[in-house]
Amino acid sequence: MSTLNSIRDTFFEECEDLMADLADGLAKMQSGSADPETVNAVFRAVHSVKGGAGAFSLTELVAFSHQFETVLDELRSDRLKLQPELMFTLLRSADHLTVLIEAARDGVDVDAVVTQNSAAALRIWLKPSSDAADAPASASESFSFAAVTLDFGAFDQLNDTPNEPELKHYEIAFQPTATLFSNGHEPALLFGELSRLGTVSSTIDLGELPAWEEFDTTVPFMKWTLKLASTAEIDQVRAVFEFVDGLCKLNIVVAPMPVDQEALQFEASLPPAPAPLPMRQAVAEPIAPVPEKPSPAVKAASVSPQISDQHGPKPTLRVELDRVDRLINAVGELIINQAMIAQRVNEMPVTTDSEVVTYVEDYRLLARDIQEAVMAIRAQPVKPLFQRMSRIVREAADATGKSAQLLAFGEEIEVDKTVIERLADPLTHMIRNAVDHGLESPEDRIKAGKEACGTIRLSAAHRSGRVIISIKDDGAGLNRPKILKIAKDKGLIPQDADLVEADIDSLLFQPGFSTAQKVSNLSGRGVGLDVVRTAVTALGGRVAINSVPGQGTEFTISLPLTLAVMDGMVVSVRGQTMIAPISSIVETIRPALSEVHSVGPSSKYLSILGEFIPIIDVAASLGIAPNTSPSDPPLLLLVESENQSQCALIVDEVHDQRQVVIKGLEHNYRSVQGVSAATVLGNGQIALILDLDAIAFQRSAPEAPAEASPLTKGA
Amino acid sequence: MTAVNDKATPQITEFVAFYSGGQSFSIEISQVREIRRWGPFTSVPHSPTGVLGVMNLRGSVIPIYDLAARLGLAPTPENPRNVIVVVMYGDQTLGLLVESVSEIMSVSNDSIQITPEMRAESGQTPIAGLINTDGGLTQIVDLASIIRARGTAAA
Repeated sequence: MSTLNSIRDTFFEECEDLMADLADGLAKMQSGSADPETVNAVFRAVHSVKGGAGAFSLTELVAFSHQFETVLDELRSDRLKLQPELMFTLLRSADHLTVLIEAARDGVDVDAVVTQNSAAALRIWLKPSSDAADAPASASESFSFAAVTLDFGAFDQLNDTPNEPELKHYEIAFQPTATLFSNGHEPALLFGELSRLGTVSSTIDLGELPAWEEFDTTVPFMKWTLKLASTAEIDQVRAVFEFVDGLCKLNIVVAPMPVDQEALQFEASLPPAPAPLPMRQAVAEPIAPVPEKPSPAVKAASVSPQISDQHGPKPTLRVELDRVDRLINAVGELIINQAMIAQRVNEMPVTTDSEVVTYVEDYRLLARDIQEAVMAIRAQPVKPLFQRMSRIVREAADATGKSAQLLAFGEEIEVDKTVIERLADPLTHMIRNAVDHGLESPEDRIKAGKEACGTIRLSAAHRSGRVIISIKDDGAGLNRPKILKIAKDKGLIPQDADLVEADIDSLLFQPGFSTAQKVSNLSGRGVGLDVVRTAVTALGGRVAINSVPGQGTEFTISLPLTLAVMDGMVVSVRGQTMIAPISSIVETIRPALSEVHSVGPSSKYLSILGEFIPIIDVAASLGIAPNTSPSDPPLLLLVESENQSQCALIVDEVHDQRQVVIKGLEHNYRSVQGVSAATVLGNGQIALILDLDAIAFQRSAPEAPAEASPLTKGA
Repeated sequence: MTAVNDKATPQITEFVAFYSGGQSFSIEISQVREIRRWGPFTSVPHSPTGVLGVMNLRGSVIPIYDLAARLGLAPTPENPRNVIVVVMYGDQTLGLLVESVSEIMSVSNDSIQITPEMRAESGQTPIAGLINTDGGLTQIVDLASIIRARGTAAA
């Protein structure tokens, strides 16, 4: 039972990959950059889902994917022409297939009516069309299967009536690779499948059979030459080898006539006695069985397998995340250990040119290399996440009666797997928001002189060691007066509050805020952007809003690349060593006393280039100790928060910059305000990693007077 | 421990006993991971009463609780002879600062006394039971309430 379950789990894991391939292929088809292989890949994905689903008796899934596959088959054999309406159906079908897979995985039921409707939408494209035969000629170029069109051409030369099913003779050269066998494929089954198309005769070529003493059981050395007499099209023949695509050398050609001399030639390739060298040469060209007529078909067929060889997926390895995490932990320890050794060596009375110093430096570089390599294991492109979002946009547009498209950029940007996983929900929410609240109705858009179809741009980019994800709609922009009114009505702010635009925008992140006038399926369930912000903050990220009336709203999420290490500046605060994340620091300043201005009883401002920036004492905000007489000009870290506002933080000393391993406080203890995590220093001591944004932001939060709850109360 | 008693052999549980704030306490041995010498730790802002800070235990960041202060007794004075009892509670690891570890005791379950008010499910009682020892008694520490007391217990 448990093994069956684990196979089942594997199936659903594979489904995820397959659906990603499917979405990928459909996106290419939609953008018009598809080639015949794209359609094949899409077909294969659906076909594999069907196959797997059949094994687990997931009948609904099988039925639907069969329908889907049939349409795709029509498309790839050029009997169906790709057109916008069909593209639409395909996209919706892919969405529904995803729903069905998820439902099957989670053991829940899907509304049968929806499935029926989706299947019906597919079936429309399957009505028997009389123009099926001349489809190849009329098919749009980008979607024709090269081999097929050429094949028809070749056939035409020999036969005036190509529309009639004609007995064709195929020559199939088949040489499996070791991977084919290790993946559990069995040539005999393929040949059996082939024999259902017509009469098959096979010849085995043992020319590469090595001498017994060199025999390696893991290396396949057999080649087959199969002859098939069948009325089937070359596509059907090719389809037999669909699942070993890339796992074998395959060459399928149409022989015009079974010629005797040709048969002789093949018999010759049977080794009567091992004669390796000449045999190899004979085998090198088994694809030229029609020497007197180098027809285009031969050329095309001999080219396409090579292409598909190159297209073969990069070899990958599925590894349990636990194992990777164990490795990452160990590497974290290695980095700390390296820092400890380096520190000890520095303290030793050795000259800087001594060997040990060189070795320690090598060790540092090596440790860093290992760490980067290990982090790369966890890094994944955001593409699958973005692909899911285009489905969300379609669903949201349907539900709201709007028309919307998603444009994704920077899909290749890689982020830690955990970040991607935990970003899925907030991103979904924001995308729905963008469609539901951001975009106007088609009528309003036309009135405003925009296209009826709204555009949501989802992009990812690297910026100074962080990943920036932006969700931008071209809608009406935030309705600030309305936001203000709602906030006042809900008592989130005083009635007489007078807020600047940025402050109004940030009201959206207040718990319990929702501007939807009526509760829709999509949003307005009381959980709003505050949930998004909480989720993003938990990942060490920030969210910012930027909105221009009439032009749209942009949400920007800034995230760390990894949750495991970061570059930090080592500072000391009241004798305690702490780490300030470099990503938030703009610069360090030691201002002249004249640049520091006291305002009111305790506030201080720094004047830079005519602007006044609030100064915050890190120690005071952490409640460490009362301010000692700051006679000297303080040392300041100028930090910038996501909404571009600046703040200067007082620290006592700045030491150096280094990479630190992030250790969470939550697991054994709890989260601490103003502290994002901890790290282990070279001396084995723990240093706290400051949450500079929280410290800087604290000033406007109600719990600002942190001096009341310091350590002094406990000690 | 030979079964000389009249009834069936009672269940034997082992406890680690130690002194803190001048009193004897004990923790079931399965919850104790190791005993470490006192070492420097890093204080953490906004800590509740009795939380001294965090220390590095082979790469893990673990909080250090001053057991005496946590129980409302006088905070343990700094002394290089203090020890840290590293305990596991669920999947949480934490250190308890105590004055000294005295012994490991094997106690039969029927000699553990649970007084009625201790049995109360208030969760406020940090003492889960009492064990009679030769010279007096030792109190079984309830780790859950030591951790849970958090910032709320202002002693």
